[in-house]
Formats: sequence, C-alpha cells, structure tokens
Amino acid sequence: MNLKESVRIALRALAANKARSLLTMLGVIIGVAAVILLVAIGTGVQDEVTGQIEGLGSNLMFIVPGQYGGGMGGEQSPPSRMFTVEDADLLARRVDGLDAVVPVLQSSTTAKVGNRSLRVMVAGANEKGTVVFPNTLVEGRNYRRSEVDAASRVVVLGSTAAETLFPNRDPVGEKITLNGQRFTVIGYYKPLGGGLAGDQDSQVYIPVTTMQRVFSIDYISTIVVKAADADRIERVKLDIKRVLTPRYGKEFTIFTQEQTLGLLSDLLGTLTYMLAGIAGISLLVGGIGIMNIMLVSVSERTREIGIRKAVGARTYDILSQFVIEAVGLSVLGGLVGIAIGWGGSWLMGSYTPVPTAVTPWAVSMAFFFAAGVGVFFGVYPAWKASQLDPIDALRYE
Amino acid sequence: MSEDRDAPRRVVLETRDITKRYRLEGIEVEALRGVSFSVRQGEMVSIMGPSGSGKSTLMHIVGLLDRPTTGEVVLEGQDVSSLSPNALATLRNKHIGFVFQSFNLLPRTSAQANVELPLVYAGVSGAERARRAVAALERVGLGNRLGHMSNQLSGGQQQRVAIARALVNDPSIVLADEPTGNLDSRSGIEVMAILQDLNAQGITVVLVTHDERVARHAERVVKILDGRIQSVEIVNDRVLAAQEMRMLPAEEVAG
Ligand SMILES: Nc1ncnc2c1ncn2[C@@H]1O[C@H](COP(=O)(O)OP(=O)(O)OP(=O)(O)O)[C@@H](O)[C@H]1O
Ligand SMILES: [Mg+2]
Repeated sequence: MNLKESVRIALRALAANKARSLLTMLGVIIGVAAVILLVAIGTGVQDEVTGQIEGLGSNLMFIVPGQYGGGMGGEQSPPSRMFTVEDADLLARRVDGLDAVVPVLQSSTTAKVGNRSLRVMVAGANEKGTVVFPNTLVEGRNYRRSEVDAASRVVVLGSTAAETLFPNRDPVGEKITLNGQRFTVIGYYKPLGGGLAGDQDSQVYIPVTTMQRVFSIDYISTIVVKAADADRIERVKLDIKRVLTPRYGKEFTIFTQEQTLGLLSDLLGTLTYMLAGIAGISLLVGGIGIMNIMLVSVSERTREIGIRKAVGARTYDILSQFVIEAVGLSVLGGLVGIAIGWGGSWLMGSYTPVPTAVTPWAVSMAFFFAAGVGVFFGVYPAWKASQLDPIDALRYE
Repeated sequence: MSEDRDAPRRVVLETRDITKRYRLEGIEVEALRGVSFSVRQGEMVSIMGPSGSGKSTLMHIVGLLDRPTTGEVVLEGQDVSSLSPNALATLRNKHIGFVFQSFNLLPRTSAQANVELPLVYAGVSGAERARRAVAALERVGLGNRLGHMSNQLSGGQQQRVAIARALVNDPSIVLADEPTGNLDSRSGIEVMAILQDLNAQGITVVLVTHDERVARHAERVVKILDGRIQSVEIVNDRVLAAQEMRMLPAEEVAG
C-alpha cells in the first residue's frame, strides 16, 4: 500500500470522529499558537528596544559608577561613590574627540498645573542632552548653556506630559510646579512612542543643575558621552579611563553602545527562549493528549484492525495508518495553531502597544515540533495496533 | 456441476497432520489432533462438526490467520508453516477470501470501499480498484447498493458484500465460516445460492458449518469431531439453493 492510501485512510478516520479529532487537536493548536504568539512578542520587544538603542547612534558611551563584569552574571559590586557634575566637566576638558559629555540624573515626581497633576519622570541633563537623545520640538526651544550654569527653573515637556497637563492649549510660557517648585515651560516635544526607561513621552526635561538643587541631590547617575568618530571609540574609552581612574580607581564602568545592545539582546533573547519553552510544554501536553486518544482509538478499532489484517494488511500498513493519523492530528492542529498565533500576533501588534514580530523560524519550529510530537506520541499506539494478532483482533468485542 | 468432475484436479490447499493446542491458565486444550485433508481446484467442500469440534480453528489455520502447533499447511504447493506474519498477510491477500459468520465489514464505510479493501493492500490503483469492486458487487447482486454504508444494509446484503470482498482479489480459495449463521432462512438460502453459483463459475469454496443441511450444499463433506476427521463423504443428493429459492413462498427478492 502506498503513502497516498495511508493518508486517505487516516484522514477518513479523523473525519469520522470530527468532534473528538478537534478536541484532540486543541492541545496542539493552543501550544503552537502560544509558541508563535509569545515568540512574536519577545522578538517584537527585542527588535524595538535594539532599534531604539541603535537609533541613538553607535558612538555613544554610558559611564556608570560601580564595577560591572561583561555580560550577564558577571562579577558585580554596587557603586560606593556616585559621579558629580564636575566629573563630567573634567571629561569634557581633558578628553579629545568628544561631541558631547552629558551628566544625567533621573527621578520621578508629581507635576502640577492648577488642579491637574501627573506623575512624571524628570530627566536632568545639560544643554548637550539633545545631541545624545534626539527629540523634535513642536514649539518653543531647548534650555541653553546659560540656563544650565544658572540652574534656571525652565522645563521642556514630553508630548504626553504636555497634552495631559495643558489639554488643547499651547504650554509654552506657562507655569508648572515640579516637586513643589515653579518652572516655566519653554518648549515641548513630538511623540516618540514607547521608550526604554518607561515612556519617554511622559518625561519632562530640566537642567541637571536645577534638578540637583530642587531635589537636594549632589550627585548624578550617569555620564553619557558621544564620540565624534565611531572609529576612535576605543581610543576615547582609554582616555576616559585615564581621567577617571585617579578619582575612582576601578569603581566605574564604561558601556559602549555595542555592549549595551549585546546585554539587552542577551536578556531579551533569553526571555524569548523561556517563553517559547513554556509554550513548548503545552505542545508536549497536547502530544500526550494525542497519544491518549490514539490508544483509545486503537482499542476501539481492534476489530477493524483484525479485518484489515485478514484481507492482507501488513504490519507496516497498520503502523503507517495509525502514525499518519496521529501526525495528521498534530499537523492539522499545527496549521490551525499557526493561523491563530499569526492572526493573534497581528491583532496584538495592531491594536495594543505591545510590539510583535512573527519570525519564520518560530513558525517553522512550532510546526515541525508539533509534527514531531505527533510522530513521537503516535508511534507507540500505532505499534501496538500493528502487533495485534489477527485472530484475537477479529474476536474482539 | 463442472464438466470435468472426474478428471484429477490440481490441489490448491493441503494440511498435513496439523495439531493445535491452546494453553489457558495452565489447562491445555487440544483443539486439533492431527488433521490431514486437501482441497482441489474448483471444489466445494464442507467442514462439518458440532460446536467446539475445532472447525473455526481449522479454518483460521488454513486461512493463514493462525499457525498450527505442529504439522504443515501447503498452499498452492508452498509450505507456509514457517513464513513471517507479513509474508502470510501477503499470501492471504493474494490467495484467500474470507466470509465470516458476523460479516466483519468496516463500519461506517460504503459497500464499495469495503470490497476495495483487499485491493488497497494489493496495491491496485484507484480506477482499476473501483472497476473490480463494482464488478464483484454486481456478481453478488448488489450493483445498486455501491454507496450504501455497511450499517445501512440488511444482514443478507452485508454477507453478500463480504462475499464480494472475498472474491475481488480472484483468490485461490474462499473460506466461509458459518456464513448463514446470523441470517434468517431466506437470506441464508440466497447466500448459499451465491456461493454455489460462484463455485459453478470455478471458484474453490470451503464452507464451515455445524448444520448438516447447509453442509450438503457442497460436493464433499469432511466431518470432524474433537479435533479429528471422523469421515469424508461425497454428497450424492446435493442441495441446490437455486431450487430452494424457487420453493420459497413468493416474495420480492431482496437485493
Ligand atoms: N483462543 C483460544 N484459546 C483457548 N481455547 C480456544 C481458543 N480458540 C478455540 N479454543 C478451543 O478450541 C476448541 C475448538 O474451538 P473452535 O472455535 O474451533 O470450535 P468450532 O468448531 O468452531 O465451534 P463453533 O461451532 O461453536 O464455532 C474449543 O474447545 C475452544 O474452547
Ligand atoms: Mg466456529
């Protein structure tokens, strides 16, 4: 008997028991759809995050206090001393080939306008901040060097902050209260979309010096450096080390853009694999469901097997009939699961803020895993069927 | 029946001193105790005996569904005693057609698909398979029931489908175990008429029954008792099912 006949017989058997076939497939459908959807989410987030980091330009470096080993799980120790604005100034003066040195400080607080209030993230930087974190103004201007030097109470709003606090009116020139202090709005930005550290659009931007004064902080959290030339990044890194080592010893770490990307990619990649693994377990459970039903089916159809053997079916014919039936269940379930997972990813990407990206490898992996599950869990019941003695099978009631 | 009745005909099937022992929870049952007989091409032979005498056991062994404990089965000149299950399946497919007391059709499957089954395993392709299945069903008078599911047919019709299935591969021998056992007398006579008709067309038929009258439809009756052949008799006053049918009270003929 050829393969075509086996497939025909198997499909007919599945069609004869539609409800049961469908319920058996459900496990595989859910498993495959879950693998595809979760991997799509993982990949989507990974793509977006790395895309954003890459968008910042490849010649950025982040200098943070404390010692961090390379990669995940490297040796780490918490910082004992924080950087100050003076460190940033020192780097700007003593290291050549830099476009910008930006001291950064972040904190959350409540912004108030009249009786409206909003929880916002306040980002403090200097006038070069817009060089390393590009934003587009809708109206107004960014703060100037003189305002940083004078610690002026001026603020530029992210788009969400602007809309929420000043609905339907131009915020430029208006007053806003941050952490109990009054600020003048000098500009606001276009929307950016989802961000790395929370939602950048609900941030507000003020000079770092003002921020230290208003929040009574004398340190900064990070120094962001932009090298003029991406090719000279290693040279710049050495110069930075030379300047900072006398002050901090080994208690600081320079992350280049590449390292940051690598770290995040590693993390998100691991997360994606974990999600795929969890979804894979449900596929496995679906496979056990298939085996269960196939065993029931074999004992229900003992007489049929006896009849087939009596008229000339060989071991291989019975074996292939039942294996193909199991594989048919898992493959059909896999196809439906792909449709649902793909559709679900598309819906999620279109109607929710969660980014999704369906990758061919996730789809093919889920599909072939499902088919493999069908073969693996179908072989034992099929083997049992093929080994039945024709007489015993014919006598079976 | 056939014109060369007295000419020596080829031996299709032969058993040589076969025994069959079953062991059930330590108790040995000797179902067959040395049975030797042969069936010639074109013959119609009955194997007759009371319940438990070993008829079905014998039929399963000569039908290559089961193996004897000792002794040999020779089919078309080939000793099949030591063949593998798959080789036996192939031989069953090629040489043997079964008709069982309980029909043994595939449920929820059309008459035609049931009859095609042996051809499927013989590797016959679709169109040819359909043609031969339809021809076999026409031969048993069911040309108008091709698409009926097996459970939509009467017992007599189901048994005729089973006969068509037994025929479709042009087997060397058709083995029928109590083919009328589950049928009313009219359907039983119809089935016997078909078997006799097929035999008249040259098909070798072995009929297993406990019923003397059914057995006398054959040319020869092998009587067995307690797993041994008791006697072999030539039937002189053979029952002709076609005549019986004419004697039945007038009624529309099923089919
Ligand atoms: N699988 C088996 N295991 C144990 N004993 C068996 C088995 N099959 C048949 N027997 C025994 O072998 C003997 C012959 O059985 P068999 O079925 O051949 O009888 P039979 O002549 O066909 O009877 P019937 O007319 O009732 O069908 C019986 O005693 C039966 O109990
Ligand atoms: Mg019997």
